[in-house]
Amino acid sequence: MDLKPGSRWKSAVCDAELVVVRAPKSPVSLECGGHPVIPHAEARSGDLTLSDAHAAGSAAGKRYSDPESGLEVLCSKAGQGSLSVDGRAIGAQEAKKLPSSD
Amino acid sequence: MHTALLLDMAADAAPDRLALGGRADGLTFDETRRRARAGAAWLAGQGDGTVAFLGLNGPALPIAVFAAGLLGRPFAPLNYRLPNADLNRLLARTAPSVAIVDDDMLGRLEPHAGVTVVARSAFEAACASPGSDDLPDAQPDIAVLLFTSGTTGEPKAAILRHANLTSYVISTVEFLGAEEGEAALVSVPPYHIAGISAVLTGVYGGRRIVYLEAFTAEDWVEAAAREEISHAMVVPTMLGAILDILEARGESLPALKALSYGGGRMPLPVIERALAMLPHVDFVNAYGLTETSSTIAVLGPDDHRMAIYSDDEAAQRRLGSVGRPLPSLELEIRDPEGRVLGPNQPGEIYVRGEQVSGEYAHKKMLCDDGWFATNDGGWLDEEGYLFVEGRLDDVIVRGGENMSPGEIEDVLRAHPGVADVAVLGVPDDHWGEKVAAVVVARDPAPSPEDLAAWVRARLRSTKTPEVWAFREALPYNDTGKLLRRQLKAEMTAKPAAA
Repeated sequence: MDLKPGSRWKSAVCDAELVVVRAPKSPVSLECGGHPVIPHAEARSGDLTLSDAHAAGSAAGKRYSDPESGLEVLCSKAGQGSLSVDGRAIGAQEAKKLPSSD
Repeated sequence: MHTALLLDMAADAAPDRLALGGRADGLTFDETRRRARAGAAWLAGQGDGTVAFLGLNGPALPIAVFAAGLLGRPFAPLNYRLPNADLNRLLARTAPSVAIVDDDMLGRLEPHAGVTVVARSAFEAACASPGSDDLPDAQPDIAVLLFTSGTTGEPKAAILRHANLTSYVISTVEFLGAEEGEAALVSVPPYHIAGISAVLTGVYGGRRIVYLEAFTAEDWVEAAAREEISHAMVVPTMLGAILDILEARGESLPALKALSYGGGRMPLPVIERALAMLPHVDFVNAYGLTETSSTIAVLGPDDHRMAIYSDDEAAQRRLGSVGRPLPSLELEIRDPEGRVLGPNQPGEIYVRGEQVSGEYAHKKMLCDDGWFATNDGGWLDEEGYLFVEGRLDDVIVRGGENMSPGEIEDVLRAHPGVADVAVLGVPDDHWGEKVAAVVVARDPAPSPEDLAAWVRARLRSTKTPEVWAFREALPYNDTGKLLRRQLKAEMTAKPAAA
């Protein structure tokens, strides 16, 4: 999958939607709910099911990053599946605490 | 990433939360998205190219910003305060374009090739009616074209791309981080970068936006009280006027949680008065440029309180700083040869990060390695707080010595007889330039000798103005920027008494 910055993806097994903020240094597979994500414009096949090992959920507005590959994504719609890269779970970054300036 | 996705996210996650307008009659996030899509479909049928916007603040502004974004077209807000000739020249530069124009401003426009003019009322009607929202697939590229204020000549069109703006938003704002019921009062005009960033950060943060059509201190205070405003951003000239009204009315704005300011140098006496009058409010000083998608450094609420309540001189001094650079970007001070300088050494402010566009129509100003020279002078203290001295073009060079007007102005402004002041360089046969001060005096007016002694006691004697002029008021543009060049031209043409 071509995870270029700005590209949009969605989970194959839940409602989660993702935007790539930073591309990985080398090609990786981004998964949600245990299955590779699919391009945003594609329809979910409905054949796959959420893996219990990857069901911790992903939250809208959170940024998830994989230090190993450098991949960083923003979750644009929440879902039941949690995110992984090449099978390893990736976590959400700490929320930024900046005072509102606009 | 596309700016319209920011609205999509908020509308998906909090469809029924109020996004725009008053508590009683505001639009929800879902309705805002629906109107932006309907507006985009309608605009696509009117003509090609940039979506120009000439009008006052209001819900039509954010809807037009997102509608243009959905079409993948640049959004170009124009300054309605420009004289007709200048305004028409700018509008002609937006071609090919569709211009959304306030109905009562239509008569100011001349016909321009490639510019389709539509009335704001027609756009609003199209957004409000249930129409087609079938949109062409758009590749996001240029999101916003902002014409700089042109205090130094013909306005330049700064380019902000979707990637710049969304990077700024997602790295500084917590998604739906606003509490239920919070509302931001926006009074900066649509053609100011803060007017654009307020749309995007307000929507992503889930905070209702309430617009003042145009700023007056009376209207601002009334709206803030009526709408129980929790957040607002003002430019320095606005804050002083707001404090006067609050004081006169005995109003304390209990719902107000945070007030940010930026867009120019804040006089210390004004911010100190604000802190004393509104102790329940979090003050935030934000420094940024059009070319950096708004804020790049922030002085936070605790820094403000430390400056007032601490005995530490460094902490007190930081009230005159713009705080620390955002963690999502890099900032350096460099000398004229490009060498990076250490703490307390003044030079030019350079910045690098995804939110930094540093780009004008037909001209990219970024270095190859992504650094942008801001043309602002400044320095960092040991703790990384940034002090901005002003535009490098404004630096006075007297006999080889560089002096920043801001430092001398700050000293003069602290004099009880000085209401406002501008310091600038005027030509001098011997020194090249000499320091001139244009003073707005209080009653009783201080003499030039008094003021010179005041400066000499606090700064080096070479920084003491040699030319003094007294005026009723100083020229500012409507977003609070001193028109220093205009003042300089006047001072040079008609030398004042020494």
